[in-house]
Amino acid sequence: MASPQMTGSEIVLKALCDQGVDVIFGYPGGAVLPIYDALHEQNALRHILVRHEQAAVHAAEGYARSTGKVGVVLVTSGPGATNAVTGLTDALMDSVPVVCLTGQVPTHLIGNDAFQEADTTGITRPCTKHNYLVKSADGLARVIHEAFYVARSGRPGPVVVDLPKDVLQAKSDSYVGPEDIKHQSYRPQVKADSHAIAAAVQMIAKAKRPLIYSGGGVINSGDKASVLLSRFARALGVPVTSTLMGLGAMPASDPLFLGMLGMHGTYEANLAMYNCDVMINVGARFDDRVTGRLDEFSPRSQKIHIDIDPSSINKNVVVDLPIIGDVTSVLDDLVKAWKRSGAKLNQKALKAWWAEIEEWRGRDCLKFANSKSIIKPQYAIQRLYELTKDRDAYITTEVGQHQMWAAQFYKFEKPRHWMTSGGLGTMGYGLPAAAGVQVAHPEALVIDIAGEASILMNIQELSTVAQYGLPVKVFIINNQWMGMVRQWQELLHGGRYSQSYTASLPDFVKLADAFGALGLRASKPGELDDKIMEMIESPRAVVFDCVVDQTENCFPMIPSGAAHYEMLLGPEDKAAKPVSEEGMVLV
Amino acid sequence: MVPKDQTIERRTMAVLVDNEPGVLARVIGLFSGRGYNIESLTVSEVDPDRRLSRITVITSGTPQIIEQIKAQLERLVPVHRVSDLTREGPSVERELVLVKVNGRGNKRVESLRIADIFRARVVDSSHQHFVFEMTGSSEKLDVFIDMMRPLGLVDVSRTGVVAIARGPKGL
Repeated sequence: MASPQMTGSEIVLKALCDQGVDVIFGYPGGAVLPIYDALHEQNALRHILVRHEQAAVHAAEGYARSTGKVGVVLVTSGPGATNAVTGLTDALMDSVPVVCLTGQVPTHLIGNDAFQEADTTGITRPCTKHNYLVKSADGLARVIHEAFYVARSGRPGPVVVDLPKDVLQAKSDSYVGPEDIKHQSYRPQVKADSHAIAAAVQMIAKAKRPLIYSGGGVINSGDKASVLLSRFARALGVPVTSTLMGLGAMPASDPLFLGMLGMHGTYEANLAMYNCDVMINVGARFDDRVTGRLDEFSPRSQKIHIDIDPSSINKNVVVDLPIIGDVTSVLDDLVKAWKRSGAKLNQKALKAWWAEIEEWRGRDCLKFANSKSIIKPQYAIQRLYELTKDRDAYITTEVGQHQMWAAQFYKFEKPRHWMTSGGLGTMGYGLPAAAGVQVAHPEALVIDIAGEASILMNIQELSTVAQYGLPVKVFIINNQWMGMVRQWQELLHGGRYSQSYTASLPDFVKLADAFGALGLRASKPGELDDKIMEMIESPRAVVFDCVVDQTENCFPMIPSGAAHYEMLLGPEDKAAKPVSEEGMVLV
Repeated sequence: MVPKDQTIERRTMAVLVDNEPGVLARVIGLFSGRGYNIESLTVSEVDPDRRLSRITVITSGTPQIIEQIKAQLERLVPVHRVSDLTREGPSVERELVLVKVNGRGNKRVESLRIADIFRARVVDSSHQHFVFEMTGSSEKLDVFIDMMRPLGLVDVSRTGVVAIARGPKGL
């Protein structure tokens, strides 16, 4: 039997409701007015009005990453869609499930250079997991359901559904629910091949210097994956390091956890990676920030790579044993197979391996020279962590030095509490993402650890935060420089600080006031704790201007093109050799 | 780390895709966006009922790149199946060419004689020209075109390679 006549807009909203959506981040415009009209007539879906479409996508990312659900974005045609492109690319790089509905000019005007027309499916094809242009209201419900299925299945990612205005206004009686939709061909492999699991057990059983290298795939797989990961690591007594995206999967307080690895990772994590003999990669993708110089990356290890995306296998690093599947399912199988096999690690070798690791740990690579007169950025984040650790805080960041310090000094005990732009490195991500997290968790403490340069890239979102009374805390590590740019210029470009100093910064306290938020400033270490407490206790949105040492650099650091053992531990650590020409061209 | 094999290999791949708008752009965009080579590419619908198209693409790269290309193609949502025909057993590859030759006298006779040797057919003719149609391997087409060059070759149009695996099994 045919369902009742509905307009395209009504079909869109019903499909969203049937997908369990409760909130949309969006910005209206001519082409999507019919949807906004339909939104006006209902109460099931909450709409959060952002101030820029890029922010709508980041907010949806924050919502998605902190809940595990699909984030939903609604923007208009033309500039609405092109503004969303940065957010979509960000979501693609970090595998965040997002469905982005874009308005489009009516079908008969497509190709005519109509007002606010852009080739949205053309523009977003390389920056989405998949996209659709809907030509008729009859197929609309199916497309929306398919979009959600594609966004959340396999390796998650952003999906764009482009909706011409006439399709939104047309009537159709063809509504179908999500239960009636099965995608023609897209079925990612979830369950791993049992031979691969058996081979992994054998390989791990022979390890003398094993290491687990966990990534964002563990978080994306669901909370059970994190539980299984720590259970597996503890059962074997194997050290665990994590990528930037994977922080929180293994509790940072666990003695098995070595901290983050890679360019600004810990000494112990990077040396363990260089020296291990069996590496178990769980949901990570051998990103260049992690591997450093490829031909010197973990050169003597046998490599097991668990990934749901077959194209991640052997892309950057050739592995010995690929295991295609969802992390939860694979780890579940692996834990069971390990128990069944009765395999035991060589305890003597493991003890010797741990002795080596403890020696590296003893270098205390994150130590820094603190000061009584000026706030060190590391100290600021350390204090922020100490004063918020019992409050189940959600942390987002912008991009740069403050992001790396946050990853180093904020200790995450649980998954889904850390939202950062890893792959794309999008300045301006943190504030809208924090808004999205706060919408999903209204009672939670949500903090955007920001830099004064990044925060200005989406500062307009303070207005969104104000409109919905979101008590987001923006903690600005203010050194007046684009810190990471300045650091590279200092270390790699002879101290020629080209365009990295921001003159004429706003007074962030006054700026907070203008947006109806509470502005706080700390410039002396002595006042830091009290001010942070004032921020936490305030029921309002807060902009915290934390004035820090302008010259501090982020260490440890593996210079570009260098190997893990060539790490610089601090400013006194002169690079053993100048960065190679190949290294200079790397980002 | 396992040393990488740097030899460049040439592969013919068959890609079965949903025949939906933009699917070809998706495949081509993948190649250009990731810096892979396309030496030849053909596409046409092969199953109107299930709305499936088949793309035959010839590409080249190191073994690691070839493996990436296959995995990246399989990752595209509308892609059903990717088969590396070069690797997965013997296959037949054919290409069709239309060649226009404008010549008189001996050259005209010679072009007709060569066309006969190559089993090319005349599909259009006048007192001044022939259009020959020929199918075969790309190499054979190359030779035929080369031989027509001094005889008044004015236009060439090639389809690119289509390929299918030998034996009873389908894609």
